[in-house]
Amino acid sequence: MNPLKTGRAAVAVAAAVVLSFTSAGFANGATGAVPRDHGEDEITVGIKYDQPGIGLKTPDGTYTGFDVDVATYVAKELGHDPSDIVWKEAKSADRETLLQRGDVDFIAASYSINDERAKKVDFAGPYLLAHQDVLIRADDDSIKQPSDLNNKKLCSVTGSTSAQNVKDKIAPDAQLQEYGGYSECLTGLENGVIDAVTTDDSILAGYASQDEFKDKFKLGGFKMSNENYGIGVQKGSELKAKINTALEKMVADGSWDAAVEKNFGPAGYQNEPAPKIGVIVK
Amino acid sequence: MFDFLQGYDLLGAFWVTVQLTVYSAIGSLIWGTLLAAMRVSPVPLMRGFGTVYVNIVRNIPLTVIIVFTSLGLFQTLGVSLGADRFTVINFRLAVLGLTAYTSAFVCEAVRSGINTVPLGQVEAARAIGLSFPQVLRIVVLPQAFRSVVGPLANVLIALTKNTTVAAAIGVAEAALLMREMIENEAQLILISAIFAFGFICLTLPTGLFLGWVAKKVAVKR
Repeated sequence: MNPLKTGRAAVAVAAAVVLSFTSAGFANGATGAVPRDHGEDEITVGIKYDQPGIGLKTPDGTYTGFDVDVATYVAKELGHDPSDIVWKEAKSADRETLLQRGDVDFIAASYSINDERAKKVDFAGPYLLAHQDVLIRADDDSIKQPSDLNNKKLCSVTGSTSAQNVKDKIAPDAQLQEYGGYSECLTGLENGVIDAVTTDDSILAGYASQDEFKDKFKLGGFKMSNENYGIGVQKGSELKAKINTALEKMVADGSWDAAVEKNFGPAGYQNEPAPKIGVIVK
Repeated sequence: MFDFLQGYDLLGAFWVTVQLTVYSAIGSLIWGTLLAAMRVSPVPLMRGFGTVYVNIVRNIPLTVIIVFTSLGLFQTLGVSLGADRFTVINFRLAVLGLTAYTSAFVCEAVRSGINTVPLGQVEAARAIGLSFPQVLRIVVLPQAFRSVVGPLANVLIALTKNTTVAAAIGVAEAALLMREMIENEAQLILISAIFAFGFICLTLPTGLFLGWVAKKVAVKR
């Protein structure tokens, strides 16, 4: 290769690297607090679209789930009718970015409060205390305590905190299958390739409450971790205090219990009492 | 700025990516060449099979193929490829899926190379009594490969990046580690950039080296 060509190649390398960085920056970059420009009464809320019982977009375009009920109640307390709520999908990896860019006003999307996240966004709540748990076949009585999991085949979602907990702490000797979504895990659980699906009990209860899975699966009832679901808002937002007030009211007037019963009830989910605002159970 | 990298086995994850790439590359080079041979063979049934295979497989999204190997082959049909732990089964299933998919592209690259060999040479080879496999092996394929190193390098680079799809069935390669890190660290852009850079480190030298090889070995006509 002659020197001229080597030089050209080096320039191409540098350009490629710079391009890959800047384009990532423009696409997802945290550009700081940008005020949202929306209609008078509209409020944009980030939720999950794919978790039954938590946040699910149904084929007919409506939204159901516990997070949806909580968000609707909070929005009402903030002065927005349910019809003024603009729902937006908040996938796990996108949540901080959505808030930092101001794309959503708040996020209720099975958003566990942790230190790394709290550096980037503020959390109102918590509004639900969930635990990592397992979902097993209804006729399986070989799993009675977490230590029974060690020679079993477990399944969770690729890269999730629950999957990492299994590998590092709960059952290092267990075989772990990771899939892109819980539906694949449930297929495996149904046909016996997988012995237990593990993630937050609230999510598992949501799946087990689906009509097609009723009476097939049961929750193990192991409290293997504490997940404090909070409502994410932009760092320093004055919404945090207002949302906290709304959550307190929701618990006080019984709407919170009704929402839990409605979304998780059919799975026999033993929910924790409503958490106290600002108290994070480690 | 980079302290959060501690406790993550970045090299290990990229090593799995490299392994996936190498095994799938070898597999798809062999299967893809066989497919190309079928597509130019005198037997109509083989030609038909080659054509149907290529046109179906290259038009199915890779994610669908990879997830099918796990849900369809493994979970439903019980194909575990001689392994009994998920990590090994998933790795082999991923190599199988990547090979099946990439072969279609290798086949078309090799076939384009076969088309660069002048027809007169094939006729001459047949005239001296060589059989079809001999014509391919001794006359056509050596020249064909020399002219498609460049296109095959493209396929190899695409394959390297396609291995990230294996995360969908839980193979612990780079993309899976990336998801874990994004989940834990809330550093979306920085982590994405690190992994993008990792892939550039893998693919850029491959491309430059094979580009050089392509020039060296090209058949001057």
